[in-house]
Amino acid sequence: MQHDAPALHIRDLTVAYHRKPVLWDVDLDVPPSVVAGIVGPNGAGKSTLIKAVLDLVPRTSGVVEVFGRPYRRQRRLVGYVPQRETVDWDYPINALELVAMGLYRIIGWCRPVTAAYRTRALEALEEVGMAEFAHRQISRLSGGQQQRIFLARALVQDADVYFMDEPFAGVDAGTEKAIIAILQRLRERGKTVFVVHHDLETVREYFDYLVMLNMRVVAAGPARDVFTSENLKRTYGGRLTLLDRAVDAIGGSSS
Amino acid sequence: MMMDRFMRVLMLADYNTRIVMFGTVLLGIAGGVVGTFLLLRRRALLADAVSHAALPGVVGAFLLAVAVGTGGRSLPVLLAGALVSGLLGMGCVMLITRFTRLSQDAALGIVLSVFFGFGAALLGIVQKMRGAQAAGLNSFIYGSAASMIRTDALLIGLAAAVVVVLAALLFKEFRLLTFDPAFAAGDGWPVGRLDLLLMSLVVAITVLGLQAVGIVLVIAILIVPAASARFWTESLLVMVLVAALIGAVGSYLGTAISALAPRLPAGAVIVAALGALFLVSFLFGGSRGVVRAMITRSRVIRRTVRQNLLRVLYECEESGLDHDADEQMRYLSASRRWTPRTLRRMLRRLEREQLVYRVPGEQRQLTRTGRYEAMRITRNHRLWEVYLLEHADTAAAHVDHGADSIEHVLGDALVAELEEAVPRFGKTLPQSPHALVQEEQGGGS
Repeated sequence: MQHDAPALHIRDLTVAYHRKPVLWDVDLDVPPSVVAGIVGPNGAGKSTLIKAVLDLVPRTSGVVEVFGRPYRRQRRLVGYVPQRETVDWDYPINALELVAMGLYRIIGWCRPVTAAYRTRALEALEEVGMAEFAHRQISRLSGGQQQRIFLARALVQDADVYFMDEPFAGVDAGTEKAIIAILQRLRERGKTVFVVHHDLETVREYFDYLVMLNMRVVAAGPARDVFTSENLKRTYGGRLTLLDRAVDAIGGSSS
Repeated sequence: MMMDRFMRVLMLADYNTRIVMFGTVLLGIAGGVVGTFLLLRRRALLADAVSHAALPGVVGAFLLAVAVGTGGRSLPVLLAGALVSGLLGMGCVMLITRFTRLSQDAALGIVLSVFFGFGAALLGIVQKMRGAQAAGLNSFIYGSAASMIRTDALLIGLAAAVVVVLAALLFKEFRLLTFDPAFAAGDGWPVGRLDLLLMSLVVAITVLGLQAVGIVLVIAILIVPAASARFWTESLLVMVLVAALIGAVGSYLGTAISALAPRLPAGAVIVAALGALFLVSFLFGGSRGVVRAMITRSRVIRRTVRQNLLRVLYECEESGLDHDADEQMRYLSASRRWTPRTLRRMLRRLEREQLVYRVPGEQRQLTRTGRYEAMRITRNHRLWEVYLLEHADTAAAHVDHGADSIEHVLGDALVAELEEAVPRFGKTLPQSPHALVQEEQGGGS
């Protein structure tokens, strides 16, 4: 594994749904050991970017490399936290079993989840403060708790690059803080984390790297350099005319 | 005499019954296991399309076998035909959904009806042919376990056992596929191929079940046991085991009854048995059964109403509006929009519990235990109101209602936290943060 290569390298990525382009010519190079926010208006293609990187939606064109080699050969280095609404929370499964799913690729085909793996899953639950809910059916957890066990499942994947799709959507303040603490711990361990994010007010506080997206990459770089009112206008421009002043205020206060 | 025969069948005294039973019970088990994953994958109706699409294959294979000169009544040949046209039907569903704007349910409807119609027409023609022993083909529509011969039953049983073993080996993979396919794909699992594998097992069960249960009803052995099992458990492993058990019991009863009364269509009997088991599960299931849910619900309602009444009684006394029985009743019924009848019934219940007593003709009084309980409830309510006002920015007009909806579920731990959050009251009962008499005028909060 070449750690001098960028954690994520994207060249000429284009994605189209039903011939309608969603992402245009995305070029991106993100260094390792950062917590990178992906921001942009609704329909900007934030989730699609993550899904295209992970091969979950077909790319029209483009190259994706993780640590200098094609994504397909680096899958084991990548962890994923999908949007919470994508699964059926009524499914007959408890928190511990859900977290253990992150270990399946290490366990391998047709082998059972043994006690040693369950211990690892329990440790991950402890890390997100959910150990006492290990045996609770997942529909009896709050939105924030559900998000935490999703995060725990990604933690046991023991990846080097994480992609998280709106982990802060619909969670309580306590969970948001807990998630941020975990993201920072991951960065300290040298991991790279990508987070699709909505709340512009917290961008400076949460992320040290920023990708500003609106069907194409408007700006990408260290958050303190690219999070400017100029870039915000170019990213959200037109759609947020009413909020122009708010954008100015946020951008202005942070520069 | 009848009883004697009945026992002989149930105890599997005949070698033949034993073999047929072996086949159908294993089929029932396999149907429960695979059906659980099918249900969780939300593809239940795909199995119905596959089974209906199998009919032209059965008749086609029969015609082919007659043409070649092998007689045509060989089950493996007929099932092979069913397999081919069943898979063809499934392929058509996938093609239609992929390349047109039609939704999957429309595609299922098209494939199901067109294939079945074509098969039925073919069957009509075959039955007009002289000399062909085509009568047996009818049993594929409604099923006929009794007409199964030994080798057929053995074949079905063994094939079903293979399906069960495969599903058991892939338990973890199927759980991942059915719960979170996006995560599975991101994790590097071949989701498309896993899906295909699961659907192949579904097709296998469908085809194996054609003779015993019949085209029209074979979907039942996949769906009904799995759906019934869901009412009993919140664990996938237990759900699979319960579904297998229900499938086995349903098949056993159905086959036994069908053996006693050979003119009853076996499929219908099996499905009726499964339906009865579903009803039992739906009503009495230990996890999601209706009766259990109703008991829990009515307990919560009764406790809520009782706590509300105790608090209102205490507040009435506190505001000094209980000088006589009429004034008290006005206060009580105005505060909650209780009808006088409901109110009297609830008060009688409190009297029975000795929380409230009354001298006839006079107003009701809280007993010692009653007052203690009422003060405890009122205190929780007010602590919560103050907390909402001070910590959650709730408007004063809304705190009473907000506190109402949550106070009944406050546990001791939460109350302790509340006491910490608003420490100035210590262990005392705070004054209500809003005027109490308002309740009388506003009729509610």
